[in-house]
Amino acid sequence: MADKTATADEVVAELEDGMTIGIGGWGSRRKPMSLVRAILRSPVKDLTVVSYGGPDIGLLASAGKLRRVVFGFVTLDSIPFDPWFGRARESGSVEVTEYDEGMFAAALSAAAQRLPFLPTRAGLGSDVLRVNPGLRTVRSPYSDGEELVAVPAQRLDVAFVHLNRADARGNAQYLGPDPYFDDLFCLAARKRFVSVERVVDTAELTAEAPVQSLLLNRSTVDGVVESPGGAHFTTAVPDYGRDERFQRHYADCAKDPERWPDFADRFLSGDEKAYQAEVARFAKEAT
Amino acid sequence: MNEASRAEVAVVAVAELFRGDGELLVSPMGLVPSLGARLARLTFEPDLLLSDGEAHLLDGDGVLEGWQPFRKMLEVIVPHGRRHVVMGANQIDRYGNQNISAIGEHARPVKQLLGVRGAPGNTVNHRTSYWVPKHSSRVFVENVDVVSGVGYDSAAKAGPSAQRFHDVHRVVTNLGVFDFGGSDHAMRAVSLHPGVEAGEVAEATSFEVELDSAGVTRQPSSEELRLIRDVLDPSGTRDREVRP
Repeated sequence: MADKTATADEVVAELEDGMTIGIGGWGSRRKPMSLVRAILRSPVKDLTVVSYGGPDIGLLASAGKLRRVVFGFVTLDSIPFDPWFGRARESGSVEVTEYDEGMFAAALSAAAQRLPFLPTRAGLGSDVLRVNPGLRTVRSPYSDGEELVAVPAQRLDVAFVHLNRADARGNAQYLGPDPYFDDLFCLAARKRFVSVERVVDTAELTAEAPVQSLLLNRSTVDGVVESPGGAHFTTAVPDYGRDERFQRHYADCAKDPERWPDFADRFLSGDEKAYQAEVARFAKEAT
Repeated sequence: MNEASRAEVAVVAVAELFRGDGELLVSPMGLVPSLGARLARLTFEPDLLLSDGEAHLLDGDGVLEGWQPFRKMLEVIVPHGRRHVVMGANQIDRYGNQNISAIGEHARPVKQLLGVRGAPGNTVNHRTSYWVPKHSSRVFVENVDVVSGVGYDSAAKAGPSAQRFHDVHRVVTNLGVFDFGGSDHAMRAVSLHPGVEAGEVAEATSFEVELDSAGVTRQPSSEELRLIRDVLDPSGTRDREVRP
Protein backbone atom coordinates (compact mmCIF):
# COMPACT_ATOMS: atom_id res chain seq x y z
CA MET A 1 0.00 0.00 0.00
CA ALA A 2 1.21 3.50 -0.82
CA ASP A 3 3.40 5.22 1.72
CA LYS A 4 1.99 8.75 1.83
CA THR A 5 4.46 10.22 4.29
CA ALA A 6 5.97 13.50 3.20
CA THR A 7 7.67 16.54 4.67
CA ALA A 8 5.89 19.81 5.31
CA ASP A 9 7.95 21.52 2.63
CA GLU A 10 7.08 18.81 0.07
CA VAL A 11 3.39 19.26 0.83
CA VAL A 12 3.52 23.03 0.62
CA ALA A 13 5.39 22.79 -2.70
CA GLU A 14 2.09 21.55 -4.16
CA LEU A 15 0.47 24.94 -3.53
CA GLU A 16 0.12 27.50 -6.30
CA ASP A 17 -0.53 31.22 -6.12
CA GLY A 18 -4.22 32.06 -5.89
CA MET A 19 -5.35 28.68 -4.53
CA THR A 20 -8.19 28.18 -2.04
CA ILE A 21 -6.88 26.44 1.09
CA GLY A 22 -8.99 25.02 3.91
CA ILE A 23 -7.38 24.87 7.35
CA GLY A 24 -8.89 22.58 9.99
CA GLY A 25 -9.11 22.99 13.76
CA TRP A 26 -11.08 25.70 15.56
CA GLY A 27 -9.78 29.03 16.92
CA SER A 28 -6.54 28.28 18.72
CA ARG A 29 -7.22 24.53 18.82
CA ARG A 30 -5.53 21.72 16.85
CA LYS A 31 -4.35 23.92 14.00
CA PRO A 32 -1.86 22.51 11.46
CA MET A 33 0.64 25.18 12.48
CA SER A 34 3.76 23.43 11.15
CA LEU A 35 2.15 23.40 7.69
CA VAL A 36 1.23 27.07 8.13
CA ARG A 37 4.84 27.80 9.08
CA ALA A 38 5.95 25.96 5.94
CA ILE A 39 3.66 28.23 3.88
CA LEU A 40 5.40 31.23 5.47
CA ARG A 41 8.74 29.88 4.21
CA SER A 42 7.40 29.32 0.68
CA PRO A 43 6.96 31.88 -2.12
CA VAL A 44 3.23 31.08 -2.54
CA LYS A 45 0.86 34.07 -2.32
CA ASP A 46 -2.65 35.41 -3.00
CA LEU A 47 -4.28 32.61 -1.05
CA THR A 48 -7.95 32.36 -0.19
CA VAL A 49 -8.04 30.71 3.23
CA VAL A 50 -11.16 29.03 4.60
CA SER A 51 -10.92 28.60 8.36
CA TYR A 52 -12.63 28.62 11.73
CA GLY A 53 -9.86 31.09 12.30
CA GLY A 54 -7.13 31.30 14.88
CA PRO A 55 -3.41 32.10 14.73
CA ASP A 56 -3.22 30.32 11.36
CA ILE A 57 -4.93 33.38 9.89
CA GLY A 58 -2.78 35.77 11.91
CA LEU A 59 0.51 34.23 10.83
CA LEU A 60 -0.53 34.09 7.17
CA ALA A 61 -1.61 37.73 7.40
CA SER A 62 1.73 38.67 8.97
CA ALA A 63 3.54 37.34 5.89
CA GLY A 64 1.15 38.93 3.38
CA LYS A 65 -0.03 35.56 2.06
CA LEU A 66 -3.74 36.29 2.13
CA ARG A 67 -5.95 37.66 -0.58
CA ARG A 68 -9.24 36.58 0.99
CA VAL A 69 -10.37 34.99 4.24
CA VAL A 70 -13.58 32.95 4.47
CA PHE A 71 -14.46 32.92 8.17
CA GLY A 72 -17.07 33.04 10.92
CA PHE A 73 -14.58 34.30 13.51
CA VAL A 74 -10.89 34.73 14.10
CA THR A 75 -9.88 34.31 17.74
CA LEU A 76 -7.07 33.00 19.92
CA ASP A 77 -9.69 31.74 22.44
CA SER A 78 -7.90 32.80 25.65
CA ILE A 79 -7.09 36.09 23.87
CA PRO A 80 -10.18 37.36 22.04
CA PHE A 81 -8.61 38.93 18.94
CA ASP A 82 -5.68 38.10 16.68
CA PRO A 83 -3.74 41.36 16.21
CA TRP A 84 -2.51 40.51 12.70
CA PHE A 85 -5.99 39.74 11.41
CA GLY A 86 -7.25 42.96 12.96
CA ARG A 87 -4.52 44.94 11.24
CA ALA A 88 -5.22 43.27 7.89
CA ARG A 89 -8.92 44.10 8.16
CA GLU A 90 -8.44 47.64 9.44
CA SER A 91 -5.92 48.46 6.70
CA GLY A 92 -8.18 46.93 4.06
CA SER A 93 -5.40 44.65 2.83
CA VAL A 94 -7.52 41.50 2.87
CA GLU A 95 -10.90 40.67 1.32
CA VAL A 96 -13.37 38.68 3.38
CA THR A 97 -16.34 36.38 3.09
CA GLU A 98 -17.87 36.44 6.55
CA TYR A 99 -20.35 33.70 7.42
CA ASP A 100 -22.26 32.53 10.43
CA GLU A 101 -20.48 29.48 11.93
CA GLY A 102 -23.31 27.18 10.87
CA MET A 103 -23.36 28.60 7.33
CA PHE A 104 -19.63 27.91 7.15
CA ALA A 105 -20.27 24.24 8.02
CA ALA A 106 -23.10 24.11 5.45
CA ALA A 107 -20.75 25.47 2.77
CA LEU A 108 -18.22 22.70 3.45
CA SER A 109 -20.97 20.05 3.68
CA ALA A 110 -22.39 21.09 0.32
CA ALA A 111 -18.94 20.78 -1.25
CA ALA A 112 -18.38 17.41 0.46
CA GLN A 113 -21.72 16.13 -0.88
CA ARG A 114 -21.12 17.61 -4.36
CA LEU A 115 -24.24 19.76 -4.02
CA PRO A 116 -24.44 23.33 -5.33
CA PHE A 117 -25.78 24.62 -2.01
CA LEU A 118 -27.46 23.63 1.24
CA PRO A 119 -30.40 25.48 2.80
CA THR A 120 -30.23 26.89 6.29
CA ARG A 121 -32.11 29.33 8.48
CA ALA A 122 -28.84 30.85 9.75
CA GLY A 123 -28.07 34.20 8.18
CA LEU A 124 -31.67 35.33 7.61
CA GLY A 125 -32.18 38.86 8.91
CA SER A 126 -28.48 39.37 9.62
CA ASP A 127 -25.91 41.50 7.81
CA VAL A 128 -24.23 38.34 6.53
CA LEU A 129 -26.59 38.66 3.56
CA ARG A 130 -25.84 42.39 3.19
CA VAL A 131 -22.04 42.02 3.23
CA ASN A 132 -22.12 39.00 0.91
CA PRO A 133 -24.35 40.32 -1.87
CA GLY A 134 -23.79 37.17 -3.93
CA LEU A 135 -25.74 35.06 -1.41
CA ARG A 136 -29.21 33.94 -2.50
CA THR A 137 -32.22 32.55 -0.71
CA VAL A 138 -34.22 29.53 -1.84
CA ARG A 139 -37.94 28.82 -1.37
CA SER A 140 -39.11 25.44 -0.16
CA PRO A 141 -41.03 23.64 -2.93
CA TYR A 142 -43.34 22.15 -0.27
CA SER A 143 -46.47 23.65 1.22
CA ASP A 144 -44.58 25.41 4.07
CA GLY A 145 -43.10 27.79 1.48
CA GLU A 146 -40.21 28.72 3.79
CA GLU A 147 -37.54 30.98 2.38
CA LEU A 148 -34.05 29.96 3.53
CA VAL A 149 -30.46 30.92 2.84
CA ALA A 150 -28.91 28.83 0.04
CA VAL A 151 -25.29 28.54 1.21
CA PRO A 152 -23.10 27.88 -1.83
CA ALA A 153 -20.65 24.96 -1.73
CA GLN A 154 -17.20 26.02 -0.58
CA ARG A 155 -14.86 23.83 -2.60
CA LEU A 156 -11.19 23.74 -1.65
CA ASP A 157 -8.09 23.17 -3.73
CA VAL A 158 -6.21 21.90 -0.71
CA ALA A 159 -7.09 20.99 2.88
CA PHE A 160 -4.59 21.07 5.76
CA VAL A 161 -5.53 19.45 9.09
CA HIS A 162 -3.60 18.37 12.18
CA LEU A 163 -4.54 15.19 14.04
CA ASN A 164 -2.90 13.20 16.81
CA ARG A 165 -1.98 9.95 15.00
CA ALA A 166 -1.99 8.48 11.51
CA ASP A 167 -0.57 5.50 9.72
CA ALA A 168 1.57 5.92 6.63
CA ARG A 169 -1.43 5.11 4.43
CA GLY A 170 -3.35 8.15 5.60
CA ASN A 171 -5.78 6.71 8.12
CA ALA A 172 -5.83 9.45 10.74
CA GLN A 173 -7.03 9.70 14.31
CA TYR A 174 -7.99 12.42 16.77
CA LEU A 175 -7.58 11.67 20.48
CA GLY A 176 -8.96 14.89 21.94
CA PRO A 177 -12.56 15.75 22.77
CA ASP A 178 -13.61 17.29 19.44
CA PRO A 179 -13.08 16.30 15.80
CA TYR A 180 -13.98 19.87 14.76
CA PHE A 181 -14.70 19.90 11.00
CA ASP A 182 -11.49 18.27 9.82
CA ASP A 183 -13.17 15.43 7.94
CA LEU A 184 -15.42 17.91 6.13
CA PHE A 185 -12.42 20.02 5.11
CA CYS A 186 -10.85 16.91 3.57
CA LEU A 187 -14.07 15.87 1.81
CA ALA A 188 -14.44 19.36 0.34
CA ALA A 189 -10.89 19.45 -1.07
CA ARG A 190 -9.14 18.11 -4.17
CA LYS A 191 -5.87 17.50 -2.27
CA ARG A 192 -5.77 16.63 1.41
CA PHE A 193 -2.78 16.74 3.75
CA VAL A 194 -2.72 15.77 7.41
CA SER A 195 0.06 16.50 9.86
CA VAL A 196 0.17 14.35 13.00
CA GLU A 197 2.04 14.13 16.25
CA ARG A 198 3.15 10.59 15.44
CA VAL A 199 2.94 8.15 12.53
CA VAL A 200 2.24 4.64 13.84
CA ASP A 201 1.43 1.18 12.50
CA THR A 202 -2.18 0.73 11.44
CA ALA A 203 -2.91 -1.80 14.19
CA GLU A 204 -1.59 0.56 16.81
CA LEU A 205 -4.26 3.17 15.99
CA THR A 206 -7.00 1.17 17.70
CA ALA A 207 -4.87 -0.55 20.32
CA GLU A 208 -5.62 2.10 22.93
CA ALA A 209 -8.35 4.27 21.44
CA PRO A 210 -11.85 3.44 20.19
CA VAL A 211 -12.46 2.94 16.49
CA GLN A 212 -14.68 6.05 16.47
CA SER A 213 -11.52 8.14 16.90
CA LEU A 214 -10.49 7.26 13.32
CA LEU A 215 -11.70 10.46 11.70
CA LEU A 216 -10.10 10.23 8.24
CA ASN A 217 -9.75 7.13 6.13
CA ARG A 218 -6.95 6.85 3.61
CA SER A 219 -9.20 7.53 0.61
CA THR A 220 -9.52 11.15 1.75
CA VAL A 221 -5.82 11.76 2.52
CA ASP A 222 -3.05 12.40 -0.02
CA GLY A 223 -0.15 13.07 2.29
CA VAL A 224 0.87 12.47 5.92
CA VAL A 225 3.43 14.71 7.62
CA GLU A 226 4.88 13.52 10.93
CA SER A 227 5.20 16.72 12.89
CA PRO A 228 5.63 16.44 16.67
CA GLY A 229 4.51 19.72 18.21
CA GLY A 230 2.99 20.54 14.83
CA ALA A 231 -0.04 22.27 16.35
CA HIS A 232 2.08 24.47 18.64
CA PHE A 233 1.12 26.95 20.08
CA THR A 234 -2.48 25.76 19.72
CA THR A 235 -3.88 22.71 21.54
CA ALA A 236 -3.40 19.10 20.50
CA VAL A 237 -4.81 17.40 23.58
CA PRO A 238 -4.08 14.84 24.93
CA ASP A 239 -0.57 15.25 23.50
CA TYR A 240 -0.33 18.84 24.79
CA GLY A 241 -2.49 21.81 25.64
CA ARG A 242 -2.19 25.37 24.36
CA ASP A 243 1.12 27.08 25.12
CA GLU A 244 -0.52 30.11 26.75
CA ARG A 245 2.75 31.84 27.56
CA PHE A 246 3.93 31.56 23.99
CA GLN A 247 0.55 32.64 22.64
CA ARG A 248 0.67 35.76 24.82
CA HIS A 249 4.16 36.46 23.50
CA TYR A 250 2.91 36.02 19.92
CA ALA A 251 -0.03 38.36 20.53
CA ASP A 252 2.13 40.99 22.30
CA CYS A 253 4.66 41.00 19.46
CA ALA A 254 1.93 40.95 16.80
CA LYS A 255 0.41 44.05 18.41
CA ASP A 256 3.68 45.96 18.31
CA PRO A 257 5.27 46.64 14.89
CA GLU A 258 8.57 47.34 16.67
CA ARG A 259 8.70 43.92 18.29
CA TRP A 260 7.40 41.78 15.44
CA PRO A 261 10.63 41.64 13.36
CA ASP A 262 12.48 40.13 16.32
CA PHE A 263 9.72 37.56 16.86
CA ALA A 264 9.71 36.60 13.17
CA ASP A 265 13.48 36.46 13.08
CA ARG A 266 13.72 34.29 16.16
CA PHE A 267 10.87 31.86 15.51
CA LEU A 268 9.89 31.97 11.85
CA SER A 269 13.07 32.43 9.86
CA GLY A 270 14.29 28.83 10.09
CA ASP A 271 12.75 25.43 9.45
CA GLU A 272 10.38 23.51 11.76
CA LYS A 273 13.26 21.96 13.68
CA ALA A 274 14.71 25.39 14.37
CA TYR A 275 11.24 26.60 15.44
CA GLN A 276 10.79 23.77 17.92
CA ALA A 277 14.30 24.28 19.31
CA GLU A 278 13.63 27.98 19.79
CA VAL A 279 10.29 27.22 21.45
CA ALA A 280 12.07 24.88 23.88
CA ARG A 281 14.57 27.66 24.65
CA PHE A 282 11.70 30.13 25.15
CA ALA A 283 10.05 27.72 27.61
CA LYS A 284 13.30 27.36 29.56
CA GLU A 285 13.62 31.12 29.93
CA ALA A 286 10.46 31.08 32.05
CA THR A 287 11.85 28.68 34.63
CA MET B 1 -24.09 37.72 55.44
CA ASN B 2 -23.00 41.14 54.20
CA GLU B 3 -24.77 42.98 51.43
CA ALA B 4 -24.68 41.69 47.85
CA SER B 5 -22.27 43.37 45.44
CA ARG B 6 -23.47 44.60 42.05
CA ALA B 7 -21.75 41.61 40.45
CA GLU B 8 -23.67 39.24 42.72
CA VAL B 9 -26.96 40.93 41.86
CA ALA B 10 -26.05 40.50 38.18
CA VAL B 11 -25.24 36.80 38.66
CA VAL B 12 -28.67 36.24 40.15
CA ALA B 13 -30.30 38.32 37.39
CA VAL B 14 -28.60 36.09 34.81
CA ALA B 15 -29.71 32.97 36.70
CA GLU B 16 -33.27 34.27 36.47
CA LEU B 17 -32.97 34.27 32.65
CA PHE B 18 -33.07 30.48 32.81
CA ARG B 19 -36.13 30.18 35.06
CA GLY B 20 -38.55 27.79 33.42
CA ASP B 21 -35.99 26.42 30.95
CA GLY B 22 -36.11 22.91 32.46
CA GLU B 23 -34.12 20.23 30.65
CA LEU B 24 -32.52 22.61 28.16
CA LEU B 25 -28.96 23.13 26.99
CA VAL B 26 -27.78 26.54 28.15
CA SER B 27 -24.67 28.15 26.68
CA PRO B 28 -23.46 31.05 28.78
CA MET B 29 -20.59 33.05 27.23
CA GLY B 30 -18.42 34.84 29.75
CA LEU B 31 -17.90 34.77 33.48
CA VAL B 32 -21.07 36.26 35.00
CA PRO B 33 -23.33 34.28 32.59
CA SER B 34 -21.51 31.05 33.53
CA LEU B 35 -21.89 31.77 37.23
CA GLY B 36 -25.57 32.59 36.67
CA ALA B 37 -26.24 29.37 34.78
CA ARG B 38 -24.52 27.26 37.40
CA LEU B 39 -26.33 29.07 40.19
CA ALA B 40 -29.68 28.44 38.47
CA ARG B 41 -28.82 24.75 38.19
CA LEU B 42 -27.82 24.55 41.86
CA THR B 43 -31.09 26.15 42.93
CA PHE B 44 -34.33 26.44 40.93
CA GLU B 45 -33.42 24.83 37.56
CA PRO B 46 -31.64 21.57 38.45
CA ASP B 47 -32.21 19.93 35.05
CA LEU B 48 -30.25 22.44 32.92
CA LEU B 49 -27.55 20.95 30.66
CA LEU B 50 -24.18 22.72 30.61
CA SER B 51 -20.97 22.21 28.67
CA ASP B 52 -17.40 22.75 29.85
CA GLY B 53 -16.78 25.17 26.97
CA GLU B 54 -15.32 22.29 24.99
CA ALA B 55 -17.06 19.14 23.82
CA HIS B 56 -18.14 17.76 27.19
CA LEU B 57 -21.45 18.13 29.00
CA LEU B 58 -20.91 18.07 32.75
CA ASP B 59 -23.61 17.66 35.38
CA GLY B 60 -23.85 19.68 38.58
CA ASP B 61 -21.36 17.37 40.31
CA GLY B 62 -18.86 17.73 37.48
CA VAL B 63 -19.63 14.24 36.16
CA LEU B 64 -19.31 13.81 32.39
CA GLU B 65 -22.81 13.19 31.01
CA GLY B 66 -22.63 13.97 27.32
CA TRP B 67 -20.65 14.71 24.17
CA GLN B 68 -21.30 17.79 22.13
CA PRO B 69 -18.60 18.69 19.63
CA PHE B 70 -18.90 21.91 17.64
CA ARG B 71 -20.17 20.12 14.55
CA LYS B 72 -23.08 18.62 16.48
CA MET B 73 -23.76 22.02 18.00
CA LEU B 74 -23.97 23.78 14.63
CA GLU B 75 -25.60 21.07 12.54
CA VAL B 76 -28.04 19.64 15.08
CA ILE B 77 -28.43 21.43 18.40
CA VAL B 78 -28.79 25.03 17.17
CA PRO B 79 -31.20 24.22 14.32
CA HIS B 80 -33.13 21.80 16.55
CA GLY B 81 -33.59 24.70 18.93
CA ARG B 82 -33.53 23.22 22.43
CA ARG B 83 -30.96 25.74 23.59
CA HIS B 84 -30.73 29.07 25.37
CA VAL B 85 -27.57 31.07 24.69
CA VAL B 86 -26.32 34.11 26.57
CA MET B 87 -23.93 36.02 24.36
CA GLY B 88 -21.89 39.16 24.85
CA ALA B 89 -22.40 42.23 22.67
CA ASN B 90 -20.14 45.03 21.51
CA GLN B 91 -23.25 46.89 20.31
CA ILE B 92 -27.00 46.42 20.84
CA ASP B 93 -29.75 48.59 19.42
CA ARG B 94 -33.32 49.39 20.43
CA TYR B 95 -34.79 46.33 18.72
CA GLY B 96 -32.20 43.83 19.93
CA ASN B 97 -29.84 43.71 16.98
CA GLN B 98 -26.40 42.78 18.28
CA ASN B 99 -22.92 43.30 16.82
CA ILE B 100 -19.81 41.25 17.62
CA SER B 101 -18.33 41.42 14.12
CA ALA B 102 -16.71 44.79 13.49
CA ILE B 103 -17.00 48.50 14.30
CA GLY B 104 -17.45 50.82 11.33
CA GLU B 105 -17.83 49.87 7.69
CA HIS B 106 -17.65 46.13 7.19
CA ALA B 107 -15.49 46.48 4.08
CA ARG B 108 -12.80 48.24 6.10
CA PRO B 109 -13.67 48.39 9.77
CA VAL B 110 -12.26 50.84 12.27
CA LYS B 111 -12.02 47.92 14.67
CA GLN B 112 -12.22 44.25 13.76
CA LEU B 113 -13.95 42.24 16.47
CA LEU B 114 -14.56 38.47 16.64
CA GLY B 115 -16.74 38.06 13.57
CA VAL B 116 -20.45 37.24 13.60
CA ARG B 117 -19.66 33.78 15.07
CA GLY B 118 -22.89 31.82 15.65
CA ALA B 119 -25.02 34.87 16.40
CA PRO B 120 -27.03 34.90 13.14
CA GLY B 121 -27.94 31.22 13.50
CA ASN B 122 -28.55 31.36 17.24
CA THR B 123 -30.99 34.26 17.06
CA VAL B 124 -33.22 32.77 14.35
CA ASN B 125 -33.22 29.29 15.87
CA HIS B 126 -33.65 29.54 19.62
CA ARG B 127 -33.85 31.74 22.68
CA THR B 128 -31.03 34.24 22.98
CA SER B 129 -30.14 36.62 25.81
CA TYR B 130 -27.29 39.07 26.18
CA TRP B 131 -24.91 40.07 28.95
CA VAL B 132 -23.27 43.51 28.99
CA PRO B 133 -20.90 44.05 31.94
CA LYS B 134 -20.60 47.80 31.34
CA HIS B 135 -23.81 49.49 30.23
CA SER B 136 -22.80 52.49 28.13
CA SER B 137 -23.91 54.60 25.19
CA ARG B 138 -21.09 53.00 23.16
CA VAL B 139 -22.76 49.59 23.57
CA PHE B 140 -26.42 50.67 23.44
CA VAL B 141 -26.42 52.47 20.11
CA GLU B 142 -29.04 53.80 17.72
CA ASN B 143 -27.95 51.38 14.97
CA VAL B 144 -25.42 48.57 15.20
CA ASP B 145 -22.69 48.57 12.55
CA VAL B 146 -22.92 44.88 11.59
CA VAL B 147 -26.09 42.96 12.46
CA SER B 148 -24.71 39.70 13.89
CA GLY B 149 -27.49 38.70 16.30
CA VAL B 150 -30.84 39.40 14.63
CA GLY B 151 -33.19 41.86 16.34
CA TYR B 152 -36.97 42.08 16.10
CA ASP B 153 -37.12 44.62 13.27
CA SER B 154 -34.54 42.74 11.18
CA ALA B 155 -36.35 39.43 11.68
CA ALA B 156 -39.64 41.04 10.63
CA LYS B 157 -38.03 42.50 7.52
CA ALA B 158 -36.52 39.14 6.59
CA GLY B 159 -39.91 37.42 6.82
CA PRO B 160 -41.63 34.44 8.44
CA SER B 161 -38.67 32.02 8.22
CA ALA B 162 -36.53 34.43 10.24
CA GLN B 163 -39.32 35.07 12.74
CA ARG B 164 -40.55 31.51 13.20
CA PHE B 165 -38.17 30.60 16.06
CA HIS B 166 -36.80 34.08 16.78
CA ASP B 167 -36.79 34.75 20.53
CA VAL B 168 -34.48 37.47 21.83
CA HIS B 169 -35.35 37.17 25.48
CA ARG B 170 -33.55 39.66 27.69
CA VAL B 171 -30.45 41.74 28.23
CA VAL B 172 -28.77 41.82 31.63
CA THR B 173 -26.28 44.60 32.31
CA ASN B 174 -24.48 46.01 35.34
CA LEU B 175 -27.39 48.44 35.66
CA GLY B 176 -30.50 46.36 35.09
CA VAL B 177 -32.55 43.78 33.24
CA PHE B 178 -34.23 44.64 29.94
CA ASP B 179 -36.58 42.96 27.50
CA PHE B 180 -38.09 43.87 24.13
CA GLY B 181 -41.70 44.19 25.23
CA GLY B 182 -41.98 47.90 24.42
CA SER B 183 -43.89 49.26 21.46
CA ASP B 184 -42.74 47.58 18.20
CA HIS B 185 -40.52 45.35 20.36
CA ALA B 186 -38.45 48.25 21.63
CA MET B 187 -36.14 47.66 24.56
CA ARG B 188 -37.59 48.47 27.96
CA ALA B 189 -36.38 48.08 31.49
CA VAL B 190 -37.82 45.13 33.40
CA SER B 191 -35.92 46.06 36.53
CA LEU B 192 -33.03 48.23 37.62
CA HIS B 193 -30.51 46.85 40.07
CA PRO B 194 -30.79 48.12 43.67
CA GLY B 195 -29.31 51.62 43.90
CA VAL B 196 -29.49 52.35 40.15
CA GLU B 197 -31.41 55.49 39.16
CA ALA B 198 -33.46 55.70 35.94
CA GLY B 199 -31.44 58.74 34.87
CA GLU B 200 -28.23 56.75 35.02
CA VAL B 201 -29.63 54.21 32.54
CA ALA B 202 -31.03 56.88 30.23
CA GLU B 203 -27.64 58.59 30.22
CA ALA B 204 -25.83 55.36 29.34
CA THR B 205 -28.18 54.43 26.48
CA SER B 206 -28.01 56.21 23.08
CA PHE B 207 -31.64 55.52 22.24
CA GLU B 208 -34.72 56.17 24.33
CA VAL B 209 -35.33 53.19 26.57
CA GLU B 210 -38.68 52.68 28.30
CA LEU B 211 -38.04 52.99 32.03
CA ASP B 212 -41.44 53.81 33.52
CA SER B 213 -42.57 50.30 34.38
CA ALA B 214 -39.20 49.13 35.74
CA GLY B 215 -39.15 47.39 39.10
CA VAL B 216 -36.13 46.66 41.26
CA THR B 217 -34.00 43.58 40.55
CA ARG B 218 -34.35 41.16 43.43
CA GLN B 219 -31.59 40.79 45.97
CA PRO B 220 -29.79 37.45 46.12
CA SER B 221 -31.00 35.22 48.94
CA SER B 222 -28.52 34.34 51.64
CA GLU B 223 -28.30 30.81 50.23
CA GLU B 224 -27.54 32.22 46.76
CA LEU B 225 -24.84 34.46 48.21
CA ARG B 226 -23.31 31.49 49.99
CA LEU B 227 -23.26 29.47 46.75
CA ILE B 228 -21.74 32.32 44.74
CA ARG B 229 -19.11 33.17 47.36
CA ASP B 230 -18.16 29.75 48.68
CA VAL B 231 -18.92 27.31 45.88
CA LEU B 232 -19.00 28.95 42.45
CA ASP B 233 -16.53 31.82 42.63
CA PRO B 234 -14.49 31.72 45.86
CA SER B 235 -11.68 33.81 44.31
CA GLY B 236 -14.08 36.67 43.56
CA THR B 237 -13.41 36.99 39.82
CA ARG B 238 -16.97 38.34 39.38
CA ASP B 239 -15.95 41.64 40.95
CA ARG B 240 -13.36 42.13 38.23
CA GLU B 241 -16.03 41.82 35.52
CA VAL B 242 -18.48 44.13 37.32
CA ARG B 243 -16.73 46.73 39.45
CA PRO B 244 -18.28 47.06 42.89
